[in-house]
Amino acid sequence: MTEVRYTKDHEWVTVDGDVATVGITTYAAEKLGDVVYVDLPAVGASVAAGRVVGEIESTKSVGELFAPVDGEVVERNDAVVDDPSMVNADPMGAAWLIKVKFAELPELLSAAEYEELTQG
Amino acid sequence: MTDQISRLSPLDAVHVAAGAAFTDFAGWKMPVRYGSDLAEHETVRTAAGLFDLSHMAEFLVGGTHAAAFLDHALAGQASVITPGRAKYSLLLAEDGGILDDLVVYRLDDEHFWVVANAANHDVVAAALAERRAHFDVAVTDETDTCALIAVQGPQSLSVLERVTSLAGPEFRTVPYYGIAEGTYGDVSVLVARTGYTGEDGFELYLDAAAAPALWNDLVAAGAVACGLAARDTLRLEAGMPLYGHELSRDTFPAQAGLSRVVALGKPGDFVGRAAVEAGPPAGARVLVGLTAEGKRAGRAGYPVLRDGAVVGEVTSGALSPTLGIPIAMAYVDPDASAIGTELALDVRGTAIPARVVPLPFYSRKAVS
Repeated sequence: MTEVRYTKDHEWVTVDGDVATVGITTYAAEKLGDVVYVDLPAVGASVAAGRVVGEIESTKSVGELFAPVDGEVVERNDAVVDDPSMVNADPMGAAWLIKVKFAELPELLSAAEYEELTQG
Repeated sequence: MTDQISRLSPLDAVHVAAGAAFTDFAGWKMPVRYGSDLAEHETVRTAAGLFDLSHMAEFLVGGTHAAAFLDHALAGQASVITPGRAKYSLLLAEDGGILDDLVVYRLDDEHFWVVANAANHDVVAAALAERRAHFDVAVTDETDTCALIAVQGPQSLSVLERVTSLAGPEFRTVPYYGIAEGTYGDVSVLVARTGYTGEDGFELYLDAAAAPALWNDLVAAGAVACGLAARDTLRLEAGMPLYGHELSRDTFPAQAGLSRVVALGKPGDFVGRAAVEAGPPAGARVLVGLTAEGKRAGRAGYPVLRDGAVVGEVTSGALSPTLGIPIAMAYVDPDASAIGTELALDVRGTAIPARVVPLPFYSRKAVS
């Protein structure tokens, strides 16, 4: 498993070869509260870094899922779509959201940089 | 996090110790949830939840003219409230707009306890001061010294009865929208059978210094701490308006379905009477309930559509935790407001079919 990287939009990213696994951070999940609806892009969809590709709704608010990289969705986690509460239970693990095949990885935040962002 | 200096509830340290997540509410740092807001919501529907509402504004109105003053200052008729009972009321502007919605409890012939929204504290204080001229009455702002703890849910009564230091009235004899004076140890406490969740429950007003001990006793008696997130979904299911969402300076009572709260039959003038009698402008939008299918909720500010044209706007919305469907309150054009009308919610560009339904979305079974 590679090092976990982060975006300023509160996604986490791990990389395995040319595939990035993407989810939302524990911080984002706690901010949202209980997640009740997750909308994810279809497998095969092209995504562009920084663009909204999905939605994570809680009882109180709507969070947007931003693609951290340019690429193509090769897998999505339908278990989370069926049971959105997984996002609260295990946001950094079982509740990964999409896997994106990419050509080039943009600059992402380290754990220390992300921690600084969320405490700022 | 916020840079603003928030006002702290007298229960702040208790909430911090309980691991609450906080939100800024009308300048107050208040618990938004302790763990899961869905679980907290469910607790209030099935057992007993505990809310810190110490941010609410309280005013003691006393004097030989107290009833006449409130009849003049508010839209309801305070003078006909029996001592020990309460009425939901409105504070109107001269032009008929709603300045606040509040609860008026009559303690005795010459004393009323008026509870207003935190966000409107200053507006209410100013209006009461201004409207007091010519009345022999004292208005005391108790907001800073008074804590408010709400116990809500079907097990509220048994929770109160288990707190041995809480004495005074037989809580079970306090009627819905009633109030009685009791004691917690040697501290006096007002025990009101009111709430904002659609369930049976009590609201306890007492000196801020005694609030942490009472809170802990209520937790020990089986009540579960709940945050403002659950309170919002509970009141929404119960079809209760929230100031700043369903009610505003630009809303007439009739638009919000609150004509019944305005006592046009009471003698004498009151602030806003002429405007209310004239009525809202023709075609003014009216408050409705909407339900949809699926899981995507309309949120405050989202357009309401009919055949693609905007006919209204959502003021509150959520996926109902109890009903499992999206619910919303919205202001819509009068010709789109009939029960059963098929409309749509514009959820970030997607039109989700919705239907006008009667409010409330949820009613508890009869109180035993």
